[in-house]
Amino acid sequence: MEHRLKTPLTVDDVRNLCAGDLVWISGTIYTARDKVHALLRTEGRLPVDLNGAVLYHCGPLIRDDLVISAGPTTSSRMARYTKEVVDKGVKAIIGKGGISEASEHLRSQAVYLAYPGGCGALASRHLKVIDVHLAVLGMAEALWVFEAEEFGPLVVAMDSLGRDLYQEARLSAEANLRSRRS
Amino acid sequence: MAVLARAETSLPGWVVDRIEEAARRESNPLAESQLEAILENVAIAAQDQIPICQDTGFPVFHLVLGRDASLPFDLREAVADGVRRATDEVPLRPNAVDPLTRINTDDNTGPGMPDLILDLVDGDALRITAFPKGAGSENMSLLAMLNPADDPLEFVLETIVERGGMACPPLFVGVGIGGTFDLAPRLARRALLEMSGSSEAKLERDLLARINDLGIGPMGLGGDTTALGVKILTACCHTASLPVAVNLQCWANRSASATVGDNGWNID
Repeated sequence: MEHRLKTPLTVDDVRNLCAGDLVWISGTIYTARDKVHALLRTEGRLPVDLNGAVLYHCGPLIRDDLVISAGPTTSSRMARYTKEVVDKGVKAIIGKGGISEASEHLRSQAVYLAYPGGCGALASRHLKVIDVHLAVLGMAEALWVFEAEEFGPLVVAMDSLGRDLYQEARLSAEANLRSRRS
Repeated sequence: MAVLARAETSLPGWVVDRIEEAARRESNPLAESQLEAILENVAIAAQDQIPICQDTGFPVFHLVLGRDASLPFDLREAVADGVRRATDEVPLRPNAVDPLTRINTDDNTGPGMPDLILDLVDGDALRITAFPKGAGSENMSLLAMLNPADDPLEFVLETIVERGGMACPPLFVGVGIGGTFDLAPRLARRALLEMSGSSEAKLERDLLARINDLGIGPMGLGGDTTALGVKILTACCHTASLPVAVNLQCWANRSASATVGDNGWNID
């Protein structure tokens, strides 16, 4: 199934999304990677309102406030902070590779959306810079505020019911390895 | 500078051919959507002359230097200067940080960066290949000091099952078997550098088929296409050792080469 969503997202938006669905998002999205997440943990807050927010695990390449290339970074590095961001109201996390180790924290509250890794040039056509916070952290680590227009294709990789496409692929691969051994 | 700019904004033809072929063969619609997005992305990067991926990588260069060439300048500093110019002009994302303070040098150079791999050959020309290496796939690469009774290819498969989905598959897999604690990863890196459109040996073809049989799929979401290429390089090892290194490379297997000789620069 395909969905076109506008931010901020509601719990109902999120609960309608099933693993394997495709999503295109318009509206505000915030980038956050290692340092922004670490700051949220130590300070307990960020300079933006995360209620209904879409968080993008991305360290973009920006020049003169233009998005040059902005694909996703590996989400597993940020998995340890999932409970904190969901508690702050984040409804969707965009990234690559998944956060299987933290899937329980998404349950009934949020989804994980996969943007094709490495597709920074494609993303640049659908994202505009609105603002930047914590610029002192450097280009990749700063908290960029983007206006997204039909940003996708995003795959619902981990839904709010606990289905996790990464886990399914990994378990089936492990079974395949075992069956070849015996 | 020009060779790094080329590597960042366009993929070698054989790499694009393999992605296109995989997209045609892929039977999983979700996986196909990922491969189609990748192909659209590659076309946009070439059209707009912008980096394919925002992770413009760790600058690695392979230099093949003719023994009779005379270089009246500091080769390392010249390459570093090219990296600084590319960072400003392409532009590239500043990725170089001190490993302890995590402070960014802002120009993609610093101790150990760029990394130069140097070979000496006959002749008087210099051939330079830019091979910017993204962290997503590099972080998922692995070295093991196996028991000689273990199967090294099984270790490659286990690595891909556990880590491959986070390395931006479909992957190119460089494998180094044998040598020492530091030689095996160098072989694996060289395997990626030497990979080209030419056909693989039987051992490599069989391993590639086994990897794709795992069903990890593009971006780890499931599908027929987990890897697009495998190359294995071996070296002798101590009779008590079995080092194995797996250097994973994402679908964006970026590289570009140029030859510098009497006629000046020639980009392939």
